[in-house]
Parts: sequence; structure tokens; C-alpha cells
Amino acid sequence: MIELKGLWKSFEGKDVLKDINTTFENGKTNLIIGQSGSGKTVLMKCIVGLLTPERGELLYDNRNFLAMGKKEKKALRREMGMIFQSAALFDSMTVLDNVMFPLNMFSNDTLRDRTRRALFCLDRVNLSNAKDKFPGEISGGMQKRVAIARAIALNPQYLFCDEPNSGLDPKTSLVIDELVRDITHEYNMTTLINTHDMNSVMGIGEKIIYIYDGHKEWEGSKDDIFTSSNQKLNDFIFASDLFRKVKEVEVQNIEG
Amino acid sequence: MIKALKTVGRYIQLMGRTFARPERMRMFFHQYLNEIGQLGVNSIGIVLLISFFIGAVITIQIKLNIESPFMPRWTVGYVTREIMLLEFSSSIMCLILAGKVGSNIASELGSMRVTQQIDALEIMGINSANYLILPKIFAMVTTIPFLVTFSIFAGVIGAFAACWFGGIMSAVDLEYGLQYMFVEWFIWGGIIKSLFFAFIISSVSAFFGYTVEGGSIEVGKASTDSVVCSSVLILFADLILTKLLMG
Repeated sequence: MIELKGLWKSFEGKDVLKDINTTFENGKTNLIIGQSGSGKTVLMKCIVGLLTPERGELLYDNRNFLAMGKKEKKALRREMGMIFQSAALFDSMTVLDNVMFPLNMFSNDTLRDRTRRALFCLDRVNLSNAKDKFPGEISGGMQKRVAIARAIALNPQYLFCDEPNSGLDPKTSLVIDELVRDITHEYNMTTLINTHDMNSVMGIGEKIIYIYDGHKEWEGSKDDIFTSSNQKLNDFIFASDLFRKVKEVEVQNIEG
Repeated sequence: MIKALKTVGRYIQLMGRTFARPERMRMFFHQYLNEIGQLGVNSIGIVLLISFFIGAVITIQIKLNIESPFMPRWTVGYVTREIMLLEFSSSIMCLILAGKVGSNIASELGSMRVTQQIDALEIMGINSANYLILPKIFAMVTTIPFLVTFSIFAGVIGAFAACWFGGIMSAVDLEYGLQYMFVEWFIWGGIIKSLFFAFIISSVSAFFGYTVEGGSIEVGKASTDSVVCSSVLILFADLILTKLLMG
């Protein structure tokens, strides 16, 4: 479980995050949504420690990340896995070497065991046949799956995904979403997904927080979205005709 | 001025992070060997080519420009050797390498930064500066003495080639001049200078690449800035080191 208590972050005097309080629960896919520029990427970067908030507390299972020393932070980072918007695979390494990288760095297992674990992770994302290819030789969707395999190689407690569906077609996005959700349940991880893909919101949003202009505007589950009266949330989620119609049908179902 | 001081401060901070004990020695040596191949071995071709032709051209130029009945015949070989040993194979060769290797390092690290590969290392709890930059610095510092030595030999062979194939003077006279009043310290001086230059090339280029913010335009700019800055620092360091070592 990750708890945020009164988190503030500013750049050159401008507040980008304002008093964020929320809890991301264990074994659930927690979504951070919001318009471009609302501060959700900054929030994610603060949570993973790439940026340091000015004020507030950030608790990883009651361990205050912001009060930790370098050594403790380093140890905690080994419990984290992250999937970046651009996949961030190492270009000079094969797919298998990419997945093996965290194992080579931190595991004391033998080479055979490390290879076995990496192959297992690749198999989990259905990419065993691409193990000898380089990132440049595979599609964007496959790169994201390799990134997932690399992120789970060390059995992390916390999984962070920064816009994992960015640049992918709807079908591949669905595959990635389902994979992340299944892995979250399988390993009972605390998963945070930063997205503005409405299909992800409707599909895997077990807990959603909506960031608007740097503050938490709304939180709830994907089912709560349809009955929410928050105007800003409705304007954002149901901006298209398609989703307005989906809402009408869902509301009728709930009322009926 | 303040911006320059801030840049120096950030460079020192980065070097502080770079010179730490590697996370895994196994991974460090793997990276180190890769970098030796990429930065050192891959530079041998250009070093040999440039040194060979410069050695030949220096011989021809000296011969044409100082030819006089009053000038001993060994002068051409003597001057060629001194130019190659004292300046070309150490300083000028490192300026050339600042272009080749420096831009390579800056663009590689810059691309890694903008594609979030460096962030990925940090998230894993890896000291990315140490993992990425230290092997490059070590590889450059350990391969540069070999490159300097190869450059000296290639220059001398180029000088002989100018005699044999150009027919501009007798190879025996050239050989006598090359051996005339030979001072071994000049070789060591050149190698010592090159070690400092290797550090400048690798660390300064790494700094510019590692600290890139933005996209491909910024990566290109960082690559150019790294070459310019490394070159200026090499010239400045050359002045000081020459005074200290030879003065």
C-alpha cells in the first residue's frame, strides 16, 4: 500500500501538485488520470523518487520514503518495477538481456537460474520467441511487454506504469491493460498506472484518482464514475459522444 | 559567469557520483570491456590512417621548406619525430578523438536520457552515473596510451613511405634523423599528457550527454558542445602539462 499525505511540489514558484492525499491499495490497479499538464506525471515521478516533493509524506507500507537515507531508498527501489511511456529498453541489449539486466545487477543466483527466471518472465508476457531480438527489431506493443517482463523480473511489490498504452493501437492497448491487471492480481502488487486512455479507465480502473490542475479532484472506482456528479470529472471522462452514450446505457442499467 | 560556475559545480557533482564503488564488479567489467571495444579499438583505424598521412605530409613539408646546403640532411627526420612525439600523437590526436569519441559518448548518453533509459536505471536503484560513465572513463584512460603509441608508429611509417614512394629524400637520412638525439622522456611525456586528455574527453562528453534535457535537438547540441568544450580544455591542459612536463 502506498499512502500520500499532503504532497506538494512546485517548479520555480508555481505549484504543480497541491496537497495530494490518497491511498493506493495492494493487489489493485490504481489509476491516476487527468488532462495533459494536470500534474499526473509529476505526481508519478514524485512517488517513484525521480522528483522530490517540497512537503508531505510518502509512505510505502508505512515506510516514509522521503525521510529515508540513501541506502534505505536504494533497498526500497529494488521492490519497485516501472514501465515507461517509451518502454525505455536498453537499445544495445537483446530482449533477453534487457529482462536479465535487473537480475544480473541484484540477484546472487547462478547464471542458469537468472536465465530461467528471465525466460519465465518473457513467457509470462508471451514473448519467448523474441528473446534474441533487439528492441529496435520489435513493435511498440512488444517493447511494452518486454518492459513489463523486465519490471516483474525481481518480483516487485510496487509496479508503476507511465502511460503504458501511449502510441499503441486499441487492441494492443487492451492486451497490455489485461496483462498489467493479471500480473497485479497474480503477485498481489500495488500497481499505479498513469493514463488518459479512457478504455483503460473503464477496463481496469479498480481505484481511480482524478488530478485536476495539480490537486486531487475526485477518487473512486470505475463503477463510481458513471454515477459521479463531479462536473470536471464528467467533462473529462465523457468528452466524446461515444463515452456519453456508454454512460447513458450504464446509468440505465444501474437504475433498471 | 555564474552559469559557468554552476556548470562546473554540476560537473563536479556528477563526477562525485561517477567515482563510486560499482554495484556489481561483474557488470562493471562487462561494461568496461564493451567500452574498450567501442571507444578504443574502434578508434584504431582512424588513428592509424590520420597519423600515417600526417607523418608523410610533415616529412614532405619539412623537406621542401627547409632544404638548404647549410642544413644537415638528418634535420627532416629529427623534426618529423619531434612533431609526432611532442604534439601530434598526444595532443592533436586527442583533439581528433574528442570529435570522434566525445560526440559518440555525448549522443549515446543524451539519447539514453531522452528515451528515459537513465530514469529506468535510477528507478531500479542503480547509480546510473557510475554504471554508465565510469567504464567509459576507465576504458578511455587505459586505451589512450596504446592509441598514442600506434599513432607514433604510424607517423614514422608514413614518413618512410614518403621517402620510399615519394622519393623526396633518402630513407637512410630519415632514419638517422629519427634516431638523432632521441629523448625517451618525450614518449612518456606524450603518454602522460594523453591520460589527462582521455579523462577530459570522456568525462566532459559524458557530462554533456548525461545532463541533456529535451529532445533530439538538445542531444545534437550536447554532442557539439561536448566536442567544443573538450577541445578547448585539451588545448588549455596541453599548455599547462607541456610547461610542467617539458619546461
